Amino acid sequence: MKTLEQIHEIRKEKRKELDLRVNTKADTREKHILVCHGTGCTSSKSPEILENFRKILEEKHIENVRVIMTGCFGLCAKGPIVIIRPEDTFYSNVTPEDCEEIIQTHIVEGKLVERLLCKDIDGSIVNSLDELNFYKKQKRIALKNCGVINPEEIDEYIAFDGYKALEKVLKEMTPDEVIETIKASGLRGRGGAGFPTGKKWEITKGYEAEQKYVVCNADEGDPGAFMDRSILEGDPHSVLESMMIAGYSIGANKGYIYIRAEYPIAVKRFQKAIDEAREYGILGKNIFGTNFEFDVEIRLGAGAFVCGEETALLESIEGKRGQPRVKPPYPAEHGLWGKPTLINNVETFANITRILLNGAEWYSSIGTEKSKGTKVFALGGNVNNIGLVEVPMGTTLREIVFDIGGGIPNNREFKAAQTGGPSGGCIPAEHLDTPIDYESLKAIGSMMGSGGLIIMDDTKCMVCLAKFYLEFTVSESCGKCTPCRIGTKRMLEILERLCSGEGSEFDIYRLEKLAANIQKASICGLGQSAPNPVISTLKYFREEFRQHAIQKECKTLECKALSKITINPEKCKGCGLCQKHCPVNAIQGEGRDKRVIDQDKCIKCGTCLTSCPFKAIGN
Amino acid sequence: MEENLVTLTIDGVEVKTKKGTTILEAARQVGIDIPTLCFLKDINEMGDCRMCIVEVEGRRGFATSCIQTVEEGMVVHTHTPNVLEARHVILDLIISNHAKDCLTCTRSGNCELQTLATKFNVLDVEFPGEMTKHKIDNLSPSIVRDFNKCILCRRCVAACKNVQKIGAIDCINRGFESCISTVGDHSLNDVNCTNCGQCIQACPTGALHEKETIDDVWVKLKDPDTYVVVQTAPAARVALGEEFGMPIGTNVTGKMVTALKRLGFDKVFDTNTGADFTIMEEANEFVERFTQNGVLPMITSCSPGWVKYIEMNYPELLPHLSTCKSPHQMFGALVKTYFAQKEGIDPSKIYMVSVMPCIAKKFERQREEMKNDEGLWDVDNVITTRELSRMIKQANIEFEKLEDSKFDNPMGEATGAAAIFGTTGGVMEAALRTAQDTLTGQNLEKIDFEQVRGGDGIKRATVNIAGKDVKVVAASGLANAQKIMEEIKSGKADYQFVEIMACPGGCVMGGGQPIKSSKIRREVDVRKLRADALYSIDEKSTIRKSHENPILKQIYAEYLEKPGSHIAHKLLHTHYIKREKYNI
Amino acid sequence: MGEEKQKCCQCGCGGKDEFLEKLFKEYQPIKDNLIQILNEVQEHYGYVPMYAQKAISEFLNVPMAEIYGVVTFYSRFTLKPKGKYNIAVCLGTACYVKGSQKIMDRLKERLKIEPGETTPDGKFSIEETRCVGACGLAPVFTVNGEVYGKATVQKMDQVLDELSSKEE
Repeated sequence: MKTLEQIHEIRKEKRKELDLRVNTKADTREKHILVCHGTGCTSSKSPEILENFRKILEEKHIENVRVIMTGCFGLCAKGPIVIIRPEDTFYSNVTPEDCEEIIQTHIVEGKLVERLLCKDIDGSIVNSLDELNFYKKQKRIALKNCGVINPEEIDEYIAFDGYKALEKVLKEMTPDEVIETIKASGLRGRGGAGFPTGKKWEITKGYEAEQKYVVCNADEGDPGAFMDRSILEGDPHSVLESMMIAGYSIGANKGYIYIRAEYPIAVKRFQKAIDEAREYGILGKNIFGTNFEFDVEIRLGAGAFVCGEETALLESIEGKRGQPRVKPPYPAEHGLWGKPTLINNVETFANITRILLNGAEWYSSIGTEKSKGTKVFALGGNVNNIGLVEVPMGTTLREIVFDIGGGIPNNREFKAAQTGGPSGGCIPAEHLDTPIDYESLKAIGSMMGSGGLIIMDDTKCMVCLAKFYLEFTVSESCGKCTPCRIGTKRMLEILERLCSGEGSEFDIYRLEKLAANIQKASICGLGQSAPNPVISTLKYFREEFRQHAIQKECKTLECKALSKITINPEKCKGCGLCQKHCPVNAIQGEGRDKRVIDQDKCIKCGTCLTSCPFKAIGN
Repeated sequence: MEENLVTLTIDGVEVKTKKGTTILEAARQVGIDIPTLCFLKDINEMGDCRMCIVEVEGRRGFATSCIQTVEEGMVVHTHTPNVLEARHVILDLIISNHAKDCLTCTRSGNCELQTLATKFNVLDVEFPGEMTKHKIDNLSPSIVRDFNKCILCRRCVAACKNVQKIGAIDCINRGFESCISTVGDHSLNDVNCTNCGQCIQACPTGALHEKETIDDVWVKLKDPDTYVVVQTAPAARVALGEEFGMPIGTNVTGKMVTALKRLGFDKVFDTNTGADFTIMEEANEFVERFTQNGVLPMITSCSPGWVKYIEMNYPELLPHLSTCKSPHQMFGALVKTYFAQKEGIDPSKIYMVSVMPCIAKKFERQREEMKNDEGLWDVDNVITTRELSRMIKQANIEFEKLEDSKFDNPMGEATGAAAIFGTTGGVMEAALRTAQDTLTGQNLEKIDFEQVRGGDGIKRATVNIAGKDVKVVAASGLANAQKIMEEIKSGKADYQFVEIMACPGGCVMGGGQPIKSSKIRREVDVRKLRADALYSIDEKSTIRKSHENPILKQIYAEYLEKPGSHIAHKLLHTHYIKREKYNI
Repeated sequence: MGEEKQKCCQCGCGGKDEFLEKLFKEYQPIKDNLIQILNEVQEHYGYVPMYAQKAISEFLNVPMAEIYGVVTFYSRFTLKPKGKYNIAVCLGTACYVKGSQKIMDRLKERLKIEPGETTPDGKFSIEETRCVGACGLAPVFTVNGEVYGKATVQKMDQVLDELSSKEE
């Protein structure tokens, strides 16, 4: 147990000690080697790197250097990432074998390890994090502590104003004042739908009940999204603290966080955070000497996307199949075990402490008129800088893809971006300048979603993309209501027909009719939004659908039944490279003959396309 | 009261209704019948099928009328083009994954899906595609599951899991692969199913039905070497008429007997006579236990679903269970012994058929204990009320036009006490009539025990018999049975006599009775109508106490000696076993 | 079931499963804990054996059909033991866009099993997984949890060859 005074003391002392983390001019002889321990870097051996650093430092009897594990820095494509503070040197793609050299050259000799410095997209070598284009347009609020602190040490969190918001709330504010602040900040739910957070708190507070609950939705299921995981891995206490503030505001003393079991690191760190907070007396009874009590338990998800839907999540916490309930009544009235329940997602919670410490006005000054603050996106797909980015609302898609993301690899063209995952829609090149906020995305047929942002280049078939998402929805549909259970399956079957050349124009009409009715008649958000990828691809790439249905043609190589690879005899120089690379010996010709593809043997793998130096092969 | 009323408009009609009423219910009050499939009043209210969607002005998306409740000033539209198109699509999707072999389906003509398909004039499936394929489970002696006809409404699951608290079936898998099945997709025969058949009663389609055994009856009826005897349960006679378009609760005993005779049964007997024997034996057993510090409370044993339930779930309480066989088993045993002897018929040539409202009886008759020393079954075939109606139809009999006839003698006389066996509380009441006379040694006038009548799931009462207070309880539905068992197990119960029937409402609502659609079940109290018919039979009976049945007196005198005698025990009593819930 | 029973009593404890007994001491016998318990069982055995479902059914007083319904609802729970090498291909969007479907197709072709199945010899099992969080390395697959990033069909072939020969 720690008294409030002791916590103040920790904050003061620790902050001094950790100044070098955020201040390149920090007055210290210490160095901190930060090793990213997000899931991405962990899976490419960052724990081994950390161990090696420690071992080498010990062997060499080097003092004043500490090796710290941190959460995700964001630029996962360059992982494992090592940053040395206070000078802020950014080493990328580090292997365990590089540790020796980094210690010797950087730490002992004071020189940079040039070969490990990160190269920006334009090829320029970057010394420090802030110089990277990737970071320049970002604004880190929810991710503020990610990559700065050791997420497994509560003292480091406290050092950077941790639990200060909670103290402020408990000591100086009434629940209504907290809710007013959140409302004034303009924060909206980051799980996808964008419901005003303050209003949700207010409604939940309004229901009288002996028991209420706060639930944190960390069942991040959108394929290709990992914002929430990174926050939990990099800064678990901020979510915990915010859940407590929410509990105080709505009158709940118990919280649950529902985390995917596939996120073992996040689970472990959050549990550590709970344990440490309990040990310090921050969680429990009489928190900070007040009457407020709160406790939090982790519940593990078991692999069902639909459990990200709030009522399905509640069912799952209750130990049942994650099948959504018909709303209304909403969880604010009838939630966990029938009690009023506030459900917010991880990123939403991660903003709460910052708002309370910096004020609603500060927060609402960021973003657009109706969408305040920032949004974290998991940028992936055919883009150079794959990783986690946090940008102010209103940033355009073009800025994210080309400035932060560094554009499309292999000099290909941008074709579309998908936001909102299987519930969202695609955005074509013509809308690259759309500012990203809830309303603008909705207006162009997509949605904010939880933050998955997948970029596709011109080699991607949009019918296949729609099919991919429908496959996902079909396999994740809970099966409770008819439209989603059978309707999405029928949509998928139609898309499969189109991709295999067995579709017809009437199928496009069928798709549209199904889509419209599934949207309207399904019980939950998963079903209601399941047709979105089809509707939006049809909206922007209708011609591509028609080509599949009528001409039986796919201009990309994705629909094998509809594509044919041929060698243009006018361009072929008979070099034979394609023949050499063909895995199935489908290319015929000898010597300097012009090569011909045997269509019966060709498996349309596309290897020849990339191997031809004369661009003579096409589809 | 006024503030509890809500005014709303549905399809332009103003409705004043109580707060908390669903939109569906409110619509029905003004004659608007919103279609439903998964909805089954008080049993399954989940809003899954989406047929009942309606538009509410000012609300985004559709409202689910079967669960969402009315609000002041609400304006509801039940048939806008939007709603109609969505309903068409939903219905089409359901049908696209439904085995459309209506001609070879037992529920053809009484199928809620078929009714809707007709209503919406579905001529073609607009969205055809892959169908989920499943093996038919017909290993249970009572229930056949054909998932290919299932529309996943989950009414059966609710009946099994919530109403009966059994949970033999549940929804398994996910998404399109979802289906209703047992653990590990095993046969119902190998899991904790009690064979009560409430799932069949809940099913809107032909996905669940009884295991039909009428083929054997036809063969035996035509076999000159076989003496075919039939007996009919009390509850069958007040429901059979429904299958011929008669009002629910019509007593068709006379027509039924005529029909059975026309079918060619050599003897048509009344299970009610067996019920009178059950009362004699049970009342005697109770008096013995009551006066000689036997195991109390004593629990009735005539409901085979209930018996299987206690064997699986509370084997430690089996000593409480009366050792009496159920009425039709007693009767079958007597037919193959007393009757055979008296008539000089070789018992092995007798084929005993029971017409029952119950499908658990199909299981019960095959219990090893139900075989006599000669290896003959007490009962050779059990057919349900529904199966009998099919036999009558197949025999080209115009049931409605039949004259009445009487049951055959020498075992055709029964009392009013036996008639009420078919409803919850009836066995208790019948037993009390005999027990009070036995204990007091008098012929008491007071024979109506109103406390144990009615549709409540649990009816507790204290009755004064011979100066002693006897605490009794009648429970129907296995969820209620469970409550009573927990009371007994924990020692909280101070009852002396407990009546349990597996089906909610008793045998009149048995798994073998005519199936009533969701619409009928929400409009009329089927149980009450059928039960009232039984009470009316009782009231009109000249003899209303089992021990006063002259046939019984005769048979006890000629053959059985007295209730509880050695021979009575051999023929009319049984024993129970601890049963594994899961044989997997 | 017979086989499974034997497995659980190899320890000679007379049919009692020590792991389950311990587990049941850690949890209250209330239904809310079902998924938590199943997660632990899955973790411990690598699948949820039928005998464990039976034991849980008794412990929580929940019908087996309901437990089975929960087990078959969540993709993390499996009814059969996984292979010695469980290969999971990420089909999250980031990996999909980078061609993970081709890798999955190859895997199915080589092992002649579908996702969720185990080869008859028990060596390999394959599964589709959603984002494992290594989007920076897309496309990825994992072998018993170890991540193989920037995967190609060739790399998958190589790994399979290595693992198969290891077995022999």
